[in-house]
Amino acid sequence: MAKITMREAISQAIMEEMDRDPAVFILGEEVGVWGGTYAVTKGFYDKYGPDRIKDTPIAENAIIGAAIGAAMVGQRPIAELMTINFAFSAMDYIVNQAPKLHYMFGGQFQVPMVIRAVGGGGRQLGATHSQTPDAIFAHFPGLKVVSPGTPEDAKGLLKSAIRSNDPILFIEHATMYQVRGEVPDGEYLIPIGKSKVQREGKDITIVTYSKGLELSMKAADELTKEGIEVEVVDLRTLRPLDMEPVLESFKKTNRAVLVEEGWKSYGVGSEVASRIYEEAFDYVDAPIIRIAQKEVPLPYNRALEQAALPQVPDIVAAVKEVLK
Amino acid sequence: MKKDQLLDLYHQMVLIRRVEERGAELYQAGKIGGFMHLYIGQEAVSTGLIAAREPRDRVITAYRDHGVAINCGIPANEVMAELLGKATGISKGKGGSMHMASVEKNFWGGHAIVGGHLPIAAGLAVGDQYAKNDNVTICMFGDGATNIGYFHEALNLAKAWGLRVLWVCENNKYGMGTAVERASAVLDIQQKAEGYEMKHSQVDGMDVMKVYEAAKEAMEYVRTNSQPYLLEVITYRYRGHSMGDPERYRKPEEVKKWQENDPIGIFRKHVLEKKTVSAKALDEIDAQVEEEVNAAVEFAETSPEPAPEELFTNVYVE
Repeated sequence: MAKITMREAISQAIMEEMDRDPAVFILGEEVGVWGGTYAVTKGFYDKYGPDRIKDTPIAENAIIGAAIGAAMVGQRPIAELMTINFAFSAMDYIVNQAPKLHYMFGGQFQVPMVIRAVGGGGRQLGATHSQTPDAIFAHFPGLKVVSPGTPEDAKGLLKSAIRSNDPILFIEHATMYQVRGEVPDGEYLIPIGKSKVQREGKDITIVTYSKGLELSMKAADELTKEGIEVEVVDLRTLRPLDMEPVLESFKKTNRAVLVEEGWKSYGVGSEVASRIYEEAFDYVDAPIIRIAQKEVPLPYNRALEQAALPQVPDIVAAVKEVLK
Repeated sequence: MKKDQLLDLYHQMVLIRRVEERGAELYQAGKIGGFMHLYIGQEAVSTGLIAAREPRDRVITAYRDHGVAINCGIPANEVMAELLGKATGISKGKGGSMHMASVEKNFWGGHAIVGGHLPIAAGLAVGDQYAKNDNVTICMFGDGATNIGYFHEALNLAKAWGLRVLWVCENNKYGMGTAVERASAVLDIQQKAEGYEMKHSQVDGMDVMKVYEAAKEAMEYVRTNSQPYLLEVITYRYRGHSMGDPERYRKPEEVKKWQENDPIGIFRKHVLEKKTVSAKALDEIDAQVEEEVNAAVEFAETSPEPAPEELFTNVYVE
């Protein structure tokens, strides 16, 4: 087991798949000569050249539209969106074209495309560059939405995504590229659409993903000191949503806190809470609490921005409230 | 062009028209749902265009796609069955009028968001460029699509990357009910290519032979130079934008004037004057098409509805 950063894990996943399959290529803004805005594709341009590392115009419709077309004729493009906030410029392709093409033409077309997008707040980028809008993409059948919280998952899930024949939105968190974690030696894949228990505990279940996992693990560490054993379930994939480990955990603890970085209204937590109430109502011992972003556009000021984002103490307090 | 080829072009144009005329009747009878956009009046455009392609050249178009589907070689049976939403339709009854396609025939749809398929067309060409072949992607769209951002992103990318796309603007004078001069800053639409230093030309879309010649030349340019090309085709649709269009935006006299220039009529006159084919041969095709369309309607009407479990198939590949 090697300990590497999230950035290295993602970079390794892409490089391994590019070495394995010549149909894989990258296109996006500043992915080549610049080396990627978040340096994920640093060195790729020199290694693979301009045919496989395609710098595009700043034109999101062209980027995602072209990736869809190339995927339809048998290539396996990885389209990079510099930030998920730019996905709104290409919304038609992400939610209205790619997820429909296989179904609408009676199964004739396949769109084996990965869209990598960087999301999340906390970097003082202001309201238009700091969003965590994952839930809205997870609303659309036909699209798969993956968002890992550890380097191990990031690498294994991204490799699976690149090999998948369905369109996949792969959301990375802007503040997690330096997060380090153990990664298995040699090649491995992690299946898309499988939630995972990241920490075992008997008292309460936290359901979360991506940045929420980092915060929840810290909260769990603090709560241990007070004798509270938290079980943390990481969704890893938002669509298709795997509720099995969530329900299994909840049936054991009978209590849950749901943690996400996006806004609370109509969010991932709303979906998970509904599913728990629908599928495990008899096991509910206390109201489920959702921890999420305050319902405001994210402000620039550091203190204000942090006040809007979910924090470890919020999770600790919520757990205690549910256990009261 | 040889006699057989000429007869084939005639056959395709008459078949498109009769399939659509019968389709309109079935729509009025409530057997076809949703939106249906007829190609009647524009048959020479896709017929001439697609006759000029090699089988390996890809075709992609907007929602006015029945004619294009037939030109690409999708049998009338499967077009009609799709209109009726049947399991035997080319898209298994899940696409409808606006969403027909056939990978086997190198026809990539049938796309219903105005301009939305232009970046996808660029992507088909990116795929071919990446595979290092010299296939041409023929991308058809209406005049209305040249005013939306997709058009500009796609044309820019095609030129910047040297993609083999033949962009074909079917200028039928109206984007839905809004005349070109009310919607576009540039009336001579082909000139929009100048903004991208892209080669362009304009052709009379009511004459299938002129379209064929222009398309041949443009495709040759695209293939040889690995450069995109914008071909503007001047045409006219006789029917409304879609079924149920009150047509308040134009006068019947205008339609009548264009009908005097009918693509099927022009072609008949042209080949009969040149004595390349006989009137009898053309009449025989008319009769043959009648049978073909009757058979297609019969096939569609007697075909099964999609099975209930089809609702959940093909959401994902895996």
